[in-house]
Amino acid sequence: MSSLLILTLIGLFLSIRGFQAFQTQGLGFITKVDWTAGVDGGKDTFGLGAMIIGTLVISAIALVIGVPLSVLTALFLTFYAPERIKKALVTLVDLMASFPSILFGLWGFIVLMPMAEYWAKLIHKYLDWIPVFSMPSPAFTRSPFIAGVVLAIMIIPIVTSVSREIFGQTPLDRIQAAYALGATRWAMIKAVVLPFGASGVVGGAMLGLGRALGETVAVYSVLNIVFKVNFHVLYGFGGNIASMIVGKWGEASLTESKALLAAGFVLFVMTLLVNLLANYIVRKTVKTGK
Amino acid sequence: MTITATVTPQKPWKVSRRQQLPSLGLLIGAAVVTYAIVAMTPMKGKLAYLLLFFILGTTFQLALSWFKRGRAAAADTVAAAVMMSGAFIVFLPVASLLTTTVTKGLKGFRPQIFTHTMAATSYSDPLTSGGLIHAIIGTLFLIFIATIISLPLSILTALYLTEIKGRASGFIQFLVQAMSGVPSVVAGIFIYAALLLTTNLRGSTIIGALPLAILMIPTVTRTAQEVLNLVPSELREAGLALGATQWKTVATIVVPAARNGLITAVILGVARIAGETAPLLFTLGTSDKINWNPFSGGQNALPYYIWSGLRDGTEGGINRAWTGILVLLILVLSLFVSARIFGSRKVK
Repeated sequence: MSSLLILTLIGLFLSIRGFQAFQTQGLGFITKVDWTAGVDGGKDTFGLGAMIIGTLVISAIALVIGVPLSVLTALFLTFYAPERIKKALVTLVDLMASFPSILFGLWGFIVLMPMAEYWAKLIHKYLDWIPVFSMPSPAFTRSPFIAGVVLAIMIIPIVTSVSREIFGQTPLDRIQAAYALGATRWAMIKAVVLPFGASGVVGGAMLGLGRALGETVAVYSVLNIVFKVNFHVLYGFGGNIASMIVGKWGEASLTESKALLAAGFVLFVMTLLVNLLANYIVRKTVKTGK
Repeated sequence: MTITATVTPQKPWKVSRRQQLPSLGLLIGAAVVTYAIVAMTPMKGKLAYLLLFFILGTTFQLALSWFKRGRAAAADTVAAAVMMSGAFIVFLPVASLLTTTVTKGLKGFRPQIFTHTMAATSYSDPLTSGGLIHAIIGTLFLIFIATIISLPLSILTALYLTEIKGRASGFIQFLVQAMSGVPSVVAGIFIYAALLLTTNLRGSTIIGALPLAILMIPTVTRTAQEVLNLVPSELREAGLALGATQWKTVATIVVPAARNGLITAVILGVARIAGETAPLLFTLGTSDKINWNPFSGGQNALPYYIWSGLRDGTEGGINRAWTGILVLLILVLSLFVSARIFGSRKVK
């Protein structure tokens, strides 16, 4: 089984190469928030902090918007939708998962951006008193909020299909028991399905998070990437490790390329941890469900 | 004499037309009130209409069911409305994505894009010149090479995991899982670091296909694994009982039985990589003409073409990008549909 060998080699190679690149930068690489390539023998400072925070902020927005919608859709598909609509919608959601990310990027840039800007203005108008929605000066274009909305749409199919699978495995006897006790459909869902599927939904959300963390092209198209920490989600700049790599790559020197490789390694480790945890949770739920 | 009576299924719980009537009336009423409120107050726009209609419609229904059946029923009604609107909101972007792609893509969708390249055209030129045949050929090359590399690896791995179940299978399963989480951009820069950074090699089709193969392996392996698990174990036992070795059983019984499923696995893998953009930016080089040589010289691909159009930023560039997206989407969707068709056939 030579294939196993090759597979293992790929895995090991990726980690070793990445780790080497990481080592040359030291620990400050993660914590520092400043990224300047020294010009003509000047000093290089590579700190990924701002981008790590940016990635987390965007992914958090995507989860906050995407997960509730996905759970609602999954519940609707499992317990409410008539058979015909259900089939069509399931196909549609699967289809959505197969859209290439650059399509989301282009669509996000051209179609969604004007709309999302309008929503951002509404949020800003009425919810200004919440710190994350405030902004230093009015600049609504290309903000983390818009990137988050695009990512939310991208993770919806994953989270929906995982949640749907888990909800579909709710033991029938418990559902019938709830109905027999006179529960309405909503009461049944609240009492039986949600407690049963909760950890599965968490797992699905983490799978979605894994995708959101590593998304490159779509984020690059809609986000104004600036190397600063930005917690004002409506304010027009932010960052994301993956798109930063693409953005900086063109004019990077050899040392900077290596730093970008290390950034790739950090991203790899982040997504790996999230994905493994997600898989673990989903599996555990599926097993106990049977 | 025997009495035969056919029992027609009764559905006493089914909502009759008559019961539906009041709620339909309420919805219409809600629409009218919404229209009136929007017309009279300073609120405007589609968002206001939708939001108000949703709130009013739900409140009306809530009142109706509370009045008729009490509190629990009212909560049930609200939950149903919220879920329905959740599904509706999810449906909106899909519809928008598809319609904008088709309408904007058709602008530049003419026969010449299948015969011309961008060799003598810049992105901002009018849409009547230039085409993307070089990108289509590049994408086909990439898919072909990535499939050749990843297909044997992933099918063999899946066979190892389902048929042999050796000592290493736990570890391999872990590796496959880890690989499936690799972000595409990371696959791209790792291939760059491994092959291009320190050597004289330059980006070419075959190097561009390597990160795609890395991305494809976990998808194909996991689907193939699921399919192989569906092959009834009686078939395997029958093969072994006839005196075949394990290898023979697998090669002549298990794999043919799962053939359609395995094809589906490959198609899903191809659909996964066909639209990948990020890894190509590091590994493909670039080209404006058709490049038939996969081993040297830059290459173009549909996602790369779209990316260039988007980066170009001019109106012509964006229009070209939409046309590219339309072609790519047609490719991905036909793959998706064929995966469905193969997947829905029963395992014999």
